Amino acid sequence: MDYEIVIGLEVHCQLLTETKIFCGCSTHFGNPPNQNSCPVCTGMPGALPVLNRKVVDFAVRAGLATACQITPHSVFARKNYFYPDLPKGYQISQFELPICVGGYLDIEVEGENQRIGITRIHMEEDAGKLVHPEADHGVSYVDYNRACVPLIEIVSEPDMRSSAEAVAYLKALRDIVVYLEICDGNMEEGSFRCDANISLRRWGAPEFGIRSELKNMNSFRNVQRAIEYEVERQRDILDAGGRVVQETRLWNVDRGISMSMRGKEEAHDYRYFPDPDLLPVVVDEAWVESVQQNLPELPAAKRRRIVDDYAIPVADAEVLTADRAMADYFEAVVKHFAQPKAVANWIMAELMRFLNDDRISITQCLITPQGLAELLSLIEAGTISGKIGKQVFSQMYSAGNNDPGRLVEEQGLAQMSDVGELATLVDDVVEAHDGKVKEYQQGKVKLFGFFVGQVMKKTKGQANPQMVNRLLKEKIG
Amino acid sequence: MELYNCSLEELWQRLEKGEISALEVTRSVLGRITDVDGTIAAYLEIDEQGALAQAEAADERRRKGDEITPVTGIPLGLKDLLSTRGLKTTCASRMLADYRPEYDATVVARLREAGAVITGKLNMDEFAMGSSTENSFFKPTCNPWDLKRVSGGSSGGSTAAVAAATAIATLGSDTGGSIRQPASFCGVVGLKPTYGRVSRYGLVAFASSLDQIGPVTLTVADAALLLGVIAGHDERDSTSVDRPVPDYYSGLKNAIKGLKIGVPTEYFGVGLDPEVEAAVRLGCRQLETTGAQFKDVSLPHTDYAVATYYLLATAEASSNLARYDGVKYGFRADNADGLIDMYRKTRAQGFGDEVKRRIMLGTYALSAGYYDAYYRKAQQVRTLITRDFDKVFNGCDVLVAPVCPTPAFAFGEKVDDPLSMYLSDILTIPVNLAGLPALSVPCGFTEAGLPIGLQIIAKPFAEETLLQVAWHYEQLAGWSGQRPQLAGEAV
Repeated sequence: MDYEIVIGLEVHCQLLTETKIFCGCSTHFGNPPNQNSCPVCTGMPGALPVLNRKVVDFAVRAGLATACQITPHSVFARKNYFYPDLPKGYQISQFELPICVGGYLDIEVEGENQRIGITRIHMEEDAGKLVHPEADHGVSYVDYNRACVPLIEIVSEPDMRSSAEAVAYLKALRDIVVYLEICDGNMEEGSFRCDANISLRRWGAPEFGIRSELKNMNSFRNVQRAIEYEVERQRDILDAGGRVVQETRLWNVDRGISMSMRGKEEAHDYRYFPDPDLLPVVVDEAWVESVQQNLPELPAAKRRRIVDDYAIPVADAEVLTADRAMADYFEAVVKHFAQPKAVANWIMAELMRFLNDDRISITQCLITPQGLAELLSLIEAGTISGKIGKQVFSQMYSAGNNDPGRLVEEQGLAQMSDVGELATLVDDVVEAHDGKVKEYQQGKVKLFGFFVGQVMKKTKGQANPQMVNRLLKEKIG
Repeated sequence: MELYNCSLEELWQRLEKGEISALEVTRSVLGRITDVDGTIAAYLEIDEQGALAQAEAADERRRKGDEITPVTGIPLGLKDLLSTRGLKTTCASRMLADYRPEYDATVVARLREAGAVITGKLNMDEFAMGSSTENSFFKPTCNPWDLKRVSGGSSGGSTAAVAAATAIATLGSDTGGSIRQPASFCGVVGLKPTYGRVSRYGLVAFASSLDQIGPVTLTVADAALLLGVIAGHDERDSTSVDRPVPDYYSGLKNAIKGLKIGVPTEYFGVGLDPEVEAAVRLGCRQLETTGAQFKDVSLPHTDYAVATYYLLATAEASSNLARYDGVKYGFRADNADGLIDMYRKTRAQGFGDEVKRRIMLGTYALSAGYYDAYYRKAQQVRTLITRDFDKVFNGCDVLVAPVCPTPAFAFGEKVDDPLSMYLSDILTIPVNLAGLPALSVPCGFTEAGLPIGLQIIAKPFAEETLLQVAWHYEQLAGWSGQRPQLAGEAV
């Protein structure tokens, strides 16, 4: 039977604040266990939370970037459950009155635009982490460094109809939070994580089917695989005349399957109620206005503008705008060297390859936009060949040298473009290989490259290739 | 007179004059503890070494001409739910029997900065849940006026210590009457400040929206002095309010002529002990002589206060006490089979019956399907109760009423009847629900020699007025400062 797939996503973003949401502890990742902790984030008796205003600022940014309404009085609530990584026995979150409601995100899948509704965005604290060292049989430890680290949870409407749409939404959302500089978007490390609610229904059915919730998918690829697996699983159940059980399932990356974690009966009653230790969060119009004015250009808008302003292909614009800093870099280079397509090619073919090899970001790149623009100008002017350009680029990249003109001069890398000199060299090559010249003239045209190579060899690659080609053609036809 | 018998005000003045040293005062109080605390059982932990060191430091401070406050060198006791760095903070619970905090509550830090001497930690009902201090895991505290009777609760250790002169003053906490009721039982002054006046940071929470720390003292002037030290905004407590702290002490003697005093008729209803009513009515007539105008007022939602309170306070408590799970600190049950069993055994063995009863009540009130009928409804009624007060305060400056319908009851009298125990808080609970400041000041004795308290209630942040009225009453009535005759003492 054919079913309509219905998907809603809940995305948790760890926010890039310096300090935790309810205390002054550092959020720095990788410190020794429990170093980033204090009476507040370890739930000591009598300790009280105090809201970090920066978290509100970040949540409002996310809300405005996704067309949400900002709640003027939002309220923190306690979500009560027991687990050793949760020091207070409750998580401070938001329930009835979240900070943002009613937004949307536009995505494009297979050339079609889709609008995915965003139900709400709320602020909350993260939990700690359990450590189970193999050496200590049966003994577990708790590391509270992550406890109280700020999160926002972005809840979508059940508006997605395929795994491809879900992944497109997720990618668009990640681009946005990274552009907003509120989250590093790292799925592998868990700073951008996603749960998926999935159900199937017969085409045209008014009600949604029974859904399952999928957790533990730590990459876009796993989100796609897990959803597809779940859709097939539910389809098999329904086709066999069975009923889907409402439950939470964990995706097992290694086995490529999901397994039931807990059913509806074991679902927690979180007993939410407003946290009496915190006042309502008041965000007035002035605050919203100031956040609005400081919003950066968002990925979709930037992509459109780059295509329009620089007349480069959509595919190139997508690559360049995947990272806000990369897009800024591209625009900075173009400012000094007004050939956008050439700039885009160099960034995508050369610069990105180097950055990927070194696993560093554009912000750590030692070549300045001016430096790269100058190098491209040298190639454009014919001072050096494209091939030499790549050599110079490599040197600039490793040494942080941003004066390619001087590099070319010091190392004598400038192209040889003197017609007289080159003509003499061409004559020498033709004379030295008269046998091969005959073969060429009898039709073995492939040998042309050999003659060019010989000239290049004599000039250590610095001969102007176009001129060499022309002179050789004139000489041997 | 023995130094331990003096008021804070008197000791402060004599220390100022250099007649006595903090070390002498502290030795006197520590000696008194040795002599009588075995009988009263107000202390859970006595920090003799710490107290002597702090007394020496206070004397040194005075010698060096450093800043002096009214509590510099004064021996004070703390209810055992105030977090004290390095000093056990048990909340009178098995759950925290060996817990030593790594930080000081804000009020404790303020007392230390002010140079106070901390004698030790005082008994209470477990996690402040109770009205008699019989719910302490460790021991009950006796009423110094009649050792067969309770000292009240939950701050029974704090009030008994002041009455028995084993501390010059103490701090308690009041969630539904836990300072005022035991103060009235023990014949001392107990003040619950406006919600937000004193930082709750480091006060182990029972019900966060109701809890407030306050002074327990021999006289109204002492309460004014101690409140002045602990009050004020704290950025560690989001619910503490940022407004200036007036000089409560110097305002005490300002005339109160023309003051309008309301008498809520609902507070003089069925169940009010005739001796208590007579003492309170006499108090009103005495206050009238100051030129204050009296009138009857109505607080129509009073009847709903106890039910409202036992939904909201238990709901908050069920969440506040979730952190005692055996994972991080405090008691952990042995022989647990896995995580869930560890939780179950730890909480079953670590908490007493009353605490477990309230956790269950609160958990129920917050459960899916019941939230609207219980928790949300109770919040709405809380608003109505607050509005009752707003209305009457349009026409008067303070309210006067009894603190508790009865004087101190006997041990065991109510332990098996939680509801009757809960109802004994009927006259104090509405004040917490409305977040108002109120105090209990001694207003006489029953024929059997048991103290009676007069409750004065004021508008939010009107502690100045509250203390002025109480001070004038105290001058007229003269009940404050009386001491019980303890066994073995010379008459």
